[in-house]
Amino acid sequence: MTQLHLGVFFTGVGPNLLWTEPDFAEHTHIDTFVDVVRTLERGLFDAFFLGEGLRVRENRGTVYDLDVAGRPDAITQLAALAAETTHIGLVATQNTTYNYPADLARRLASLDAVSGGRAGWNIVTTDNAWTGANFRHGGWLPHERRYERATEFVETAKALWRNEHVVRDTDLVTLDATGAVPPSPQGRPVLFQAGDSDGGRELAARHADVVFSANTDYDKAAAYAADLRARLARHGRSADSLRILPGASVVLGDTAGEALERADWITREQTTGPRAIAFLEQYWGKDLSGYDPDGPLPDIDPADGELDPSRGTIPIELRTGKLRRIAEWRALAAERGLSIRDLVIEVTPRHNTFVGTPGQVADEWARYVRDRVVDGFNLLPQLLRPSGSSRLLPGTVEDIVDRLVPQLQERGVYRTAYEGSTLRSHLGLPPV
Amino acid sequence: MLYATEVQAPSLAALERAVLDAERAGYAFVTFPDAPRRAGVEAGVLAAYLARRTTRIGLAPTLHVTTTEPFHLATQLAGLDHASLGRAGWVVGATTAAGDLATVGRRQVDAGEVADVVEVARRLWDSWEDDAVIRDVPTGRFLDSRKVHHVDFEGSGFSVVGPLITPRPPQGQVVVIGSASIAAELDIALVRGSGVAGIAGRAAAARATGVPLVFADVPAGFDAAALEGVVDGVHFHGGAPPAVAAGAHGATLRETLGLPRPGNRYATARSTA
Repeated sequence: MTQLHLGVFFTGVGPNLLWTEPDFAEHTHIDTFVDVVRTLERGLFDAFFLGEGLRVRENRGTVYDLDVAGRPDAITQLAALAAETTHIGLVATQNTTYNYPADLARRLASLDAVSGGRAGWNIVTTDNAWTGANFRHGGWLPHERRYERATEFVETAKALWRNEHVVRDTDLVTLDATGAVPPSPQGRPVLFQAGDSDGGRELAARHADVVFSANTDYDKAAAYAADLRARLARHGRSADSLRILPGASVVLGDTAGEALERADWITREQTTGPRAIAFLEQYWGKDLSGYDPDGPLPDIDPADGELDPSRGTIPIELRTGKLRRIAEWRALAAERGLSIRDLVIEVTPRHNTFVGTPGQVADEWARYVRDRVVDGFNLLPQLLRPSGSSRLLPGTVEDIVDRLVPQLQERGVYRTAYEGSTLRSHLGLPPV
Repeated sequence: MLYATEVQAPSLAALERAVLDAERAGYAFVTFPDAPRRAGVEAGVLAAYLARRTTRIGLAPTLHVTTTEPFHLATQLAGLDHASLGRAGWVVGATTAAGDLATVGRRQVDAGEVADVVEVARRLWDSWEDDAVIRDVPTGRFLDSRKVHHVDFEGSGFSVVGPLITPRPPQGQVVVIGSASIAAELDIALVRGSGVAGIAGRAAAARATGVPLVFADVPAGFDAAALEGVVDGVHFHGGAPPAVAAGAHGATLRETLGLPRPGNRYATARSTA
C-alpha cells in the first residue's frame, strides 16, 4: 500500500507564522519546541524540520520588525529534541556556502549518532554578499557556481560519513580530513534538497534521498515528479530511491465553508497593512509609511537601483526588472481596483494551501499519493498553541494530528504505528 | 569551593551516566573536550543532547575558534543556553595544529583571532536586548527594532555585522571558560601548575587580569583541599572525578557560580547616549 509521508517545517521567521493571537506560544522557547515535536511524534510524523538563520531580515537597513523573528541553531536544537523523542526524524536546514564541509559533516553525523539514526540534512545554497557579511569570507561565491560548491560539499560529506580520508583542493572546496563519528543505525543522515532550479534538481537527482519541492498543485506536481524520475534514471538511480515532499499548509474546518473562512482570515492576518507597505518599500526603495494600505498604490516613482536583498532570500529572477514588475502591478491594481493590501495578497507567492474538512483534505492527499505525484507533504504551521492551552486553533499541528491524521489512516494511506526507528526506515528508503 | 570536571566515556549512554553522576555529586559544571580530528560525537551536539537529560548542572563543550565560523559558534552556544534554560558554558578552544586547520582548508591563524572570536560572540549574545520582542498588536510590530543591534565587528582577519539570529541567551552571556594564557575576555580562567605553590602563583597572575573566577585545572587524583583559599574552584581532568563537598546548584550556571547576570552593552549605550 502506498503511504503518505508527513513532515513539519518550522521556519521560525517570516509572515507564515501568526503571532497576533492573545495566547501565542513563545516560538523560541524550548518548551514550545518540545510540545510541537512530541505532538508530531504522537501523530506518527516522519520528520520535524528546522530552518536555518544566517542573518536577521531587514527592511531598508533596519531590522524588520513585523514578522516573528529569532530562531535557534538548527543542529543544536535538534540534538536537544533528540533527547525528548524516540522516533521522529530531525532535519536541519544547513547551507553549503557559509559552512566548512568537515565541520558540518561532523555535526550532522553527531546529530545522527545522538538520535540513534534520525538525522536529516536539508541542503540549501546561498550566495548574496548581504548574508555573507556575517561570515569569514563574505559574499565569495558567484550565484551560478553555488550548486557546483554544493555538489562538491555533499560528495565530501558523504565520503567523511564513510569515515574516509578526504583530500580535496579545488577552487571551491579545500580540506584534508578524516571522518571519525561512528555511523548511526541508518548509516548516514538522510539528504533533503529544496532547490527548484535546474542545478537544484540535478543535485537532487544525483545525491538527495528526499526533495522538498514547491510544486503542490496536482498538475505541476505530476510534471515535477516525471522530470525528477527521468533525471534519476540518467544517474542510474531507481524511481524508488527518492521521495518527493512538497511544502504545503493546511486549513481545516468542520464544513468546507468554515475552512474557507479560516483560510481567508489567515491570509489577511499574514498580510497586515504595515506588512503590505513594507513589501512595497522593498521594491520602491523609499519610505512609504505615509500611504494608506487600504488606499491606491503609491503614485511616486521608485528609487533607482536593484531590489534590496535584506528581507531574506530573493530568487534571482526577482532581483532585476523591478520597474517592469511595478508597472505590471499598477496595471493590475487599476484594472481590478485593488488597494495596496489587496494587491500584495494577490502577488505574494504562497505555499499552496489545502483547505477543507479533514475528510476532504484526506481524500485529496490520498489521490496525490496513489497517483504517485507526491510521496507526502512538508507542512508549515500557521499558529502555535501555547503549552497547557486546551484551545484548538486552526493551522496548529494539534489540529492536523488530531483531526486529519485519523482520516488519512481510515483511508489506508498513513501508518498506524512507527515500524522502524530511523528516519530512513520511516521514509521507506533503501539502505545506504 | 566550586567543582567542575571533564567528562569522557566510550558511549553516549556512559557519557549520560557520568554527567548525571556529576550532577548528583554537586559539580557546578562538566566540560566536554573536543578537537576537529577527535573521534566521536562533536561536543556542542553532545552538550545539547545532555541538556535535556539533566536539570541543574552546567554544560561546557569545547568549541574551537580557529576551525569554525564565529557566527555559527555564537549561535550554537546561545542555542545551548536556551535548550538548557541557562546552563551553558564554553571552553574556548584555539587549536593551531596544522592537521586541525587543514580540516577547514586553513594553513595559519591570524594574531588576535582568539580574542576577536570571543569578543564577537559576546557582542552577538548582547545583540538582542532582553525586551526586544514586544508583540505590539495595534502597530503590527513583533520586535522593537531599536533593541536588536548590528554588532559591526571588524577584526584583523574577519568581520561580522550581526545581529545574532537567536534572542539573548537566558544567562545574558554564556559562561566563557579558558586557559589563563588565552588573551580574551573570560569568566573563568583555568590555571595549571606543578603543586600548590605553582598554581597559587599563576592564580594570582590570572586574578590580576580582572577575570571573575580562577579555577585550578588539575588531574583527577589531585588533593583539592590543599587549594582552599588559593583558587575559586577546581576543574578535574583525566580519570574518574572524586567525591566533593559541593554547594547547591542555582537556577542557572551563573547563579551556581555566584556570577551576576551581566547587563547588556547595547542597552547601556542607549540609555547613556
